[in-house]
Amino acid sequence: MARTREWLYAWLLLLPASALLALFTHYPAVANLWHSLYSTPKAARPPKFIGLENYRALIDDPIFWQALVNNFWYALGTIPISIALALLMAVWVNERLPGRGFLRLAYFTPTVLPMIAVANIWLFFYTPEYGLVEQVSNALGFGRHNWLGSKSTALGALMVVTVWKEAGFFMIFYLAALQSMSPHLAEAAAIEGASRRYFFWRITFPLLMPTTLFVLVNAVINAFRLVDHVVVMTRGGPDNATELFLYYIFEIGFRFWDSSYAAALTMVLLALLGTVAILQFVFLERRTHYQ
Amino acid sequence: MKLLAKVHGVLGACVLALCATVALAQAPVEVPFFFPVAVGGPITKIIDGYAADFEKENPGIKLRPIYAGSYQDTIAKALTAVKSGEPPVTSILLSTDMFTLIDEDAIVPFDDLIKTAEDRAWLSSFYPAFMENSQTGGKTWGIPFQRSTIVMYYNKEAFKEAGLDPNRPPGTWQEMADYASKLTKRDGSGNVTQWGVQIPSSGFPYWLFQGLVIENGVNLMNSAGTEVYYDKPEVIGALQYWMDLVNKQKVHPPGIVEWGTTPKDFFERKVAMMWTTTGNLTNVKQNAKFDFGVAMLPANKQRGSPTGGGNFYIFKKSTPAQREAAFKFIKWATTPARAAQWGIDTGYVAVRADAWETPAMKQYVAGFPAAAVARDQLPFAKAELSTHDNQRVTKALNDGLQAALTGAKPADQAMKDAQREADRLLRSYK
Repeated sequence: MARTREWLYAWLLLLPASALLALFTHYPAVANLWHSLYSTPKAARPPKFIGLENYRALIDDPIFWQALVNNFWYALGTIPISIALALLMAVWVNERLPGRGFLRLAYFTPTVLPMIAVANIWLFFYTPEYGLVEQVSNALGFGRHNWLGSKSTALGALMVVTVWKEAGFFMIFYLAALQSMSPHLAEAAAIEGASRRYFFWRITFPLLMPTTLFVLVNAVINAFRLVDHVVVMTRGGPDNATELFLYYIFEIGFRFWDSSYAAALTMVLLALLGTVAILQFVFLERRTHYQ
Repeated sequence: MKLLAKVHGVLGACVLALCATVALAQAPVEVPFFFPVAVGGPITKIIDGYAADFEKENPGIKLRPIYAGSYQDTIAKALTAVKSGEPPVTSILLSTDMFTLIDEDAIVPFDDLIKTAEDRAWLSSFYPAFMENSQTGGKTWGIPFQRSTIVMYYNKEAFKEAGLDPNRPPGTWQEMADYASKLTKRDGSGNVTQWGVQIPSSGFPYWLFQGLVIENGVNLMNSAGTEVYYDKPEVIGALQYWMDLVNKQKVHPPGIVEWGTTPKDFFERKVAMMWTTTGNLTNVKQNAKFDFGVAMLPANKQRGSPTGGGNFYIFKKSTPAQREAAFKFIKWATTPARAAQWGIDTGYVAVRADAWETPAMKQYVAGFPAAAVARDQLPFAKAELSTHDNQRVTKALNDGLQAALTGAKPADQAMKDAQREADRLLRSYK
């Protein structure tokens, strides 16, 4: 009797969250899969079952592949750098130094700003001739460059914005973890005569692994999720050089109104992110020490 | 018992109130109206004012203006509502969305609403250039409202410094290239401090490119929206002219020129001549700290510019009474006096010739002659690129143009690739 009560109690507690999850996460995912197997309904043409046709079209779609490759480089370029920067900044503002609060605020500011505003600011930073980047590089004697307007640098320019935006956000998590770390560890290490570098790599860094895992999962998701600045700064151009995966889905779905093809693309994104998340948990969990 | 009586009384009152609201609800015709904001200025306030004035004159109609974001947001919201829910009865959307809206079976043609001779006279009062993007298959699907074209703005002071006559803007392609090379200034180490001319190429390069194409004697598509001509020699020639300004004459900034910062480049004297929309007129007037001129785009085989901007549409998911009411509002909003005032307030081109004959407009043009350049260019204007599956077919061209301008492909290959992609997309509409 008590056991059933306990079960019931547990399920009742889980119900609100699971109902919301089912309604807004699981049902849409399944419905999406379903839609991706049908043709896009048009006025005169109701949707008909076409099986894997959308997925076959996807393999022949050069822009899909380019978006995938772009996103791969985008993830590779932004995730390690923003995490490393976040860690560096967190360790730095964790020290006792004058103006620490101000420094923390300064590092965190980019996170507070809305992405659209950020993108507009950076658009002017990158403006050829008189933008901030140009003025600095001119003063240093480098030549001029149209950062957002050439295929070779546009994606890199967007990555810089992302790192700038993300690092401060991740810093907060590292800072929180550092603050909760027992000061005895540092004292003990100091008594044992461990160098700061040794202490960091052997004590601090391993103890931060749960945070790193959390941040990494978030960073990977963000690498596929953050596209607001693409909309403002390049709209996927020049010639698809900054076409990121989610932006491409948006274009297909809400500019070209090809909803079933967009559904197929969304399934690819879902599968991709799911796989990455599983890999992260399986492999990094082993190297993660929870206190 | 007392309680019961009370309950009865309350219930009775409720029923009465319900009846009253039902009776009231039947009286006015509700007309939800989506509109985007694409230029600066107090657009929302003007539109709300329109709604209030219109309701005062037509007590039977309840017009509900709803600001819906950019053009892109507005069509996304309207089409989503068509598929599930309650779409607006009327909306302002890009004139180039016509085929998309027809293919989605979202809108009705105006022909069924136009009954009287007066209505027909009203329909024929719009500039033909604006109607090209509003009619197809012998039917009228959109009514021009906030329309624009491309014009060239130039810095008169820079003209003087370069020894050019500030009151004589370049009239031909050759002249524009010559002027641009005189206007391009370089510092000691060869860096350009002022470019001669710039044509924006981010986001929607096809629109500005279309100006060059029309000037070269052709247009990009047929009026049925089933064919494009990206690889015609004239089109490739137009692209080559643009690329030569960049690579041969070196009077135009290299790479992709951002649309959004182009007016700022002009204000900062980083460029002496810029191509942009007439919708920027008020912006330039307020922010240019030097004497500037506005000119028609230069001609090669002919003068020309595409039109642009938004039309009124009426949605299919509506009652006949709602359609009538929306139609009434559209006629009301496009009378000569209102078309003129709307143009003065926003910088859009007043959509009908008689609007330019109104006292308000005459006075405005007398004080600011640049405002009339767009009107004078209208006889040479052609329809903006619009086809079935419009955004995709357009993207094929945009990608080709950007590939060419960033040096990834030569002109003819870029346009042939774009044509192949467009043909593939349009094959099912032939």
